[in-house]
Amino acid sequence: MSEIEQKNYETDVIIIGAGPVGLFAVFELGLLDMKAHLIDILDRPGGQCAELYPEKPIYDIPAFPVITGQELTNNLLKQIEPFSPTFHLNQMAVAMSKLENGRWQVTTDDNKVIEAPVVVIAAGGGSFMPKKPSIPNLEEYEGKSVFYAVRRMEQFRGKNLLIAGGGDSALDWTLNLQPLASKLALVHRRDDFRAAPDSVSKMRHLVEAEKMKLHIGDIKELHGHNGQLESVTVAPKEGEPFQVECDTLLAFYGLTMKLGPIADFGLNLNENLIPVDTEKFETSTQGIFSIGDINTYPGKLKLILSGFHEGALMAQQAFRYVYPDRKLRFQYTTSSTNLQEKLGVNEKAA
Amino acid sequence: MKIFVTDPDGIEHELEALEGWRVMEIIKDYGLPLKAECGGACCCATCHVYVSEEWIGKLFEMREDEEDMLDEAMEVRDNSRLSCQILMSEALDGLKVTIAPGTEI
Repeated sequence: MSEIEQKNYETDVIIIGAGPVGLFAVFELGLLDMKAHLIDILDRPGGQCAELYPEKPIYDIPAFPVITGQELTNNLLKQIEPFSPTFHLNQMAVAMSKLENGRWQVTTDDNKVIEAPVVVIAAGGGSFMPKKPSIPNLEEYEGKSVFYAVRRMEQFRGKNLLIAGGGDSALDWTLNLQPLASKLALVHRRDDFRAAPDSVSKMRHLVEAEKMKLHIGDIKELHGHNGQLESVTVAPKEGEPFQVECDTLLAFYGLTMKLGPIADFGLNLNENLIPVDTEKFETSTQGIFSIGDINTYPGKLKLILSGFHEGALMAQQAFRYVYPDRKLRFQYTTSSTNLQEKLGVNEKAA
Repeated sequence: MKIFVTDPDGIEHELEALEGWRVMEIIKDYGLPLKAECGGACCCATCHVYVSEEWIGKLFEMREDEEDMLDEAMEVRDNSRLSCQILMSEALDGLKVTIAPGTEI
């Protein structure tokens, strides 16, 4: 594998986490002339709202009697459009260090290196990572013949592939990889799938045409040598366990949130949360802020609206670090022509 | 009202239950380890519990979205439920559940 080329960026504020709170922080920072880069492990903005409950209604967003997670995300993206934030998606912030010039540097696992005077950690419940099934010796095979994501489809050409799961990821990859694999089987705990009905019926047609197999049951054991999978034991709900031959397993059991590398950023942590003050929402490290579900302070409520408030106050202090020589003027978007110009809504400026 | 919750170490806890609370909320309020990361929206399966045999038939039958979410739970059994989908009522006074694997914080 060739090394990924390093890319360098400079900005005013690095926001780790592109959930609703990270997105709204772009707005509050933008009103104060600060540009932001956002990093998120998901392939799209929205955080939990996009990943966990895009279709679920939320009832406690001020001025929205009801709004879904996806609608909230879309509205926030529209609201911050005038500030054209830069998104680094599909990647995780893996390291943070202080530079000699007093600024901060954050590195992602996609080899992006971003430098800024201010870092805002808005990582919610942490990074979304694949759920791993509880199978003994699983680690021995991970990265060699057991995978939780498809980076390049070509990697699976000619493989005897076993795909596990019953959601859209499992079904989509079953359909996409079936033409490439030498053999393909899908294993799921029940003969009922929550994936899109169209994908499910396409899969069933492939099974009828004997182009793939479908096994109902749970994977209980992996068999192989030196991390190379040779077969798995599948236990059906009733009846005897059976063997399925395969050289590669792709497991799609959904995502779960883990704090991840942020734990090693050198910040104080309290039960995996980041303590902040309630004036600036700054951590004990100057220039590093934390807003939204990932922070903690006396009386903290894990609500989206709290995160919005925290972002507004954070921006006030961030301004002092980004523009140490400028005086901060408090203005309202209703009356300030200056703010309206930034938002692109001032008729005279347009 | 009471519920009995067996934690991952096998220790049983007797918890005071309140009418209308979700079993997940009672477990979390008591400080037992349960991730429940989506906060009760039936969107994650990290509040998975096993309901003891004598109680499983007394619960409301699970809806399709709960059965779907169980696809993302670990070691699903016939008595698997998501504790955010069990609402406490007098009829469930004495309910016994065991926290399932895959719900670690």
